[in-house]
Amino acid sequence: MHGSAEMDDSTSLLEQVNQALESATPLRIQGANSKAFLGRVTAGEILDTRSHRGIVTYDPTELVITVRCGTPLAELKQVLDAAQQMLPCEPPAFADDATVGGMIACGLSGPRRPWSGSVRDFVLGTRVITGLGKHLRFGGEVMKNVAGYDLSRLMAGSYGTLGLITEVSLKVLPKPRQALSISLEMNAERALLRLAEWGQQPLPISAACHDGLHLHLRLEGGEGSVAAAHDRLGGERLDAAYWADLNEQRLSFFDEDQPLWRLSLPGNTPRLSLPGRQLIDWAGAQRWLKSDAEASFIRQVVEEVGGHVTCYSHGLSDSPFQPLPEALMRYHRNLKQQLDPQGIFNPGRLYAEL
Amino acid sequence: MNILYDERVDGALPDVDKHALLQALRMQMPELEILHQQEELKPYECDGLSAYRTTPMLVVLPREIAQVQGVLRLCHEHRVAVVARGAGTGLSGGALPLEKGVLLVMARFNQILHIDPAARTARVQPGVRNLAISQAAAPFGLYYAPDPSSQIACSIGGNVAENAGGVHCLKYGLTVHNLLKVDILTVEGEHLTLGSDALDSPGLDLLALFTGSEGMLGVIIEVTVKLLPKPQSAKVLLAAFDSVEKAGRAVGDIIAAGIIPGGLEMMDNLAIRAAEDFIHAGYPVEAEAILLCELDGVEADVHDDCDRVRQVLEQAGATEVRLAKDEAERVRFWAGRKNAFPAVGRLSADYYCMDGTIPRRELPGVLKAIADLSAEYGLRVANVFHAGDGNMHPLILFDANQPGELDRAEALGGKILELCVKVGGSITGEHGVGREKINQMCAQFNSDELTLFHAIKAAFDPSGLLNPGKNIPTLHRCAEFGAMHVHAGQLPFPDLERF
Repeated sequence: MHGSAEMDDSTSLLEQVNQALESATPLRIQGANSKAFLGRVTAGEILDTRSHRGIVTYDPTELVITVRCGTPLAELKQVLDAAQQMLPCEPPAFADDATVGGMIACGLSGPRRPWSGSVRDFVLGTRVITGLGKHLRFGGEVMKNVAGYDLSRLMAGSYGTLGLITEVSLKVLPKPRQALSISLEMNAERALLRLAEWGQQPLPISAACHDGLHLHLRLEGGEGSVAAAHDRLGGERLDAAYWADLNEQRLSFFDEDQPLWRLSLPGNTPRLSLPGRQLIDWAGAQRWLKSDAEASFIRQVVEEVGGHVTCYSHGLSDSPFQPLPEALMRYHRNLKQQLDPQGIFNPGRLYAEL
Repeated sequence: MNILYDERVDGALPDVDKHALLQALRMQMPELEILHQQEELKPYECDGLSAYRTTPMLVVLPREIAQVQGVLRLCHEHRVAVVARGAGTGLSGGALPLEKGVLLVMARFNQILHIDPAARTARVQPGVRNLAISQAAAPFGLYYAPDPSSQIACSIGGNVAENAGGVHCLKYGLTVHNLLKVDILTVEGEHLTLGSDALDSPGLDLLALFTGSEGMLGVIIEVTVKLLPKPQSAKVLLAAFDSVEKAGRAVGDIIAAGIIPGGLEMMDNLAIRAAEDFIHAGYPVEAEAILLCELDGVEADVHDDCDRVRQVLEQAGATEVRLAKDEAERVRFWAGRKNAFPAVGRLSADYYCMDGTIPRRELPGVLKAIADLSAEYGLRVANVFHAGDGNMHPLILFDANQPGELDRAEALGGKILELCVKVGGSITGEHGVGREKINQMCAQFNSDELTLFHAIKAAFDPSGLLNPGKNIPTLHRCAEFGAMHVHAGQLPFPDLERF
């Protein structure tokens, strides 16, 4: 177990990277290993980030927190909680000891994402150890900063393939004054129609999930707007714990043995006919599919409507992320080659050729 | 140090046979409009940063994407630098032409291709004006949130290239937060789609990387933006303070009360007087500072928040707090702020607009330091501040016809930006580096960081033909710039050769 003491271990991390560069040893960057099931299976020497931990700066009135990569996500949330603030994108943890570094590298967001923005939207700055063996700083602790290329936001969701994220500055926001969750009985087709309609109105919806029978909504805002929306929409009260269970994939839907697929879809995509069971999240923009269907078939159906598919069942597919068009892949390779010329950072985690 | 392209420190540009290039362009694309005579080229010699001018070798004005592709391919083949330009409103010289380069004007691509109210998206060509998107979305009760002050003229392609901001960023984000998809052509004319119609896309987040990349990595040919439902209600409070410090503290107090205003702006006395003279917004001209705080959203919440903010402002020592009594007064309050630049322009023959950002807590110290610098350089400075997000716009007043004043204004501006970096901020919040702040980049980033930026450029444009000289300085430029700015007896980039 790691203690709660803060520790700047960046010197040692930089040393480990430089050794790997010297000996051309591929590294597998790892925090709590809570999201190891995502992406391709990779080999490499483990680089444990958890020794580099702690909150570097936090001033609630600046709405910015700077955290080291090995800090547990739970600790970050606790610190924000105490100041009545939050990370609005609600990143899932998938384990009690999940780290901030992994949260940024995977870039996964929770139920509030369509309304609040994603993990990358809250990244203001990063410190990164690069494939040239340097510890560098990009972005900063200010809301607006357009000096140089936006390396910081590029790191979000890069699965550690471009460098080791050692520190991140995030924009945070005050928690809403009021929150209320409700369930409405309706089928999926109707729920999607209603959501498209409500989306064009200033309603304080901050989460919307359809489980096959019910549309679950979370309303967040001031007392007045939440009460008014509740009056208008009606429905049964829902325990707010539902959203955490959805986010952490603890709902019974996720229990079944079949492979799990994540479908990311354009707004207003109608219900998709696919074998298996579906759970609609993000007001329709993210759908979970439990299905034995072939990857190629699922991909084809989803691609036709302008979306993409990720396989969430570890080791099932050699290409868990949707393959890229040839030209786009070429520029991905160029970028990887430029930033990590020796290919030591998580090689193959995102795509075989990266 | 002159900021016009200098091959000695910015890198040699290939020599081009203008006549041969013109012939080749005409042969391949007989329909393409090309400007090549001195008097035709003149109007394109600068963008919104008009103090710096360079006549481009050629200007092309394509109407079809295929022509853009043709121009890029041909220029790549002939090794000719290309500078893309939208509406030309940029304030950092990002679209400043090159004598040895082609200026690619994208302004004619001004069609809104599709508005999808159910998906809340708009797909537009890059030359569409920012405000035109909101106007087209208005019948559906929707709008496009980022609103740079130049929104009546600036185009969305430029907004993406600069990651444009505006007065509502704290709550609604920058351009990067309001995009779904951008189509680009690479330097070789290859088409790439970055992002998607879904909320994310597979692979690396190249959409984030391209946003704000200042035309260095590709040319934007289509943009899909997110639309938001128009807030039901918007109210503005105007608070007057007898000191800038008190106004600055009040901003922190509002945030601490758990309120994120739609807009939160500060102006100092010189800016207040200038705006009042020009717009007659009803500003209190005796105040040392005013805050404009806009609260928007659902009626009931806005009402409650107005009460809360009023209390906070009074406790923070506001000498007066006024709620705009109707929509006309609200628009007037904003008009004063949105016209602050031209208003200040009436006080002085010329003005130079800065764009640094700082952590908000540093505001009192930074304003004091700016006042000291203003006295030292003998130039007045008016301060306009996106207080909510720490983005300052000091306006330096000068007269370009007075020998040496432009140089002094530049030097003062440079000092202000270095001050921003020193307190943990940035040299540019929303205007971009362009050519204007190319030297100050050397203060914000070290040589290893700049090297990495050059590596990113090389991944997309290895021959460096897209907008050369902008955004990222060469290490040689920094070495020379550093030689002129010795900090604490230490030269930056000590490992580099001096020229």
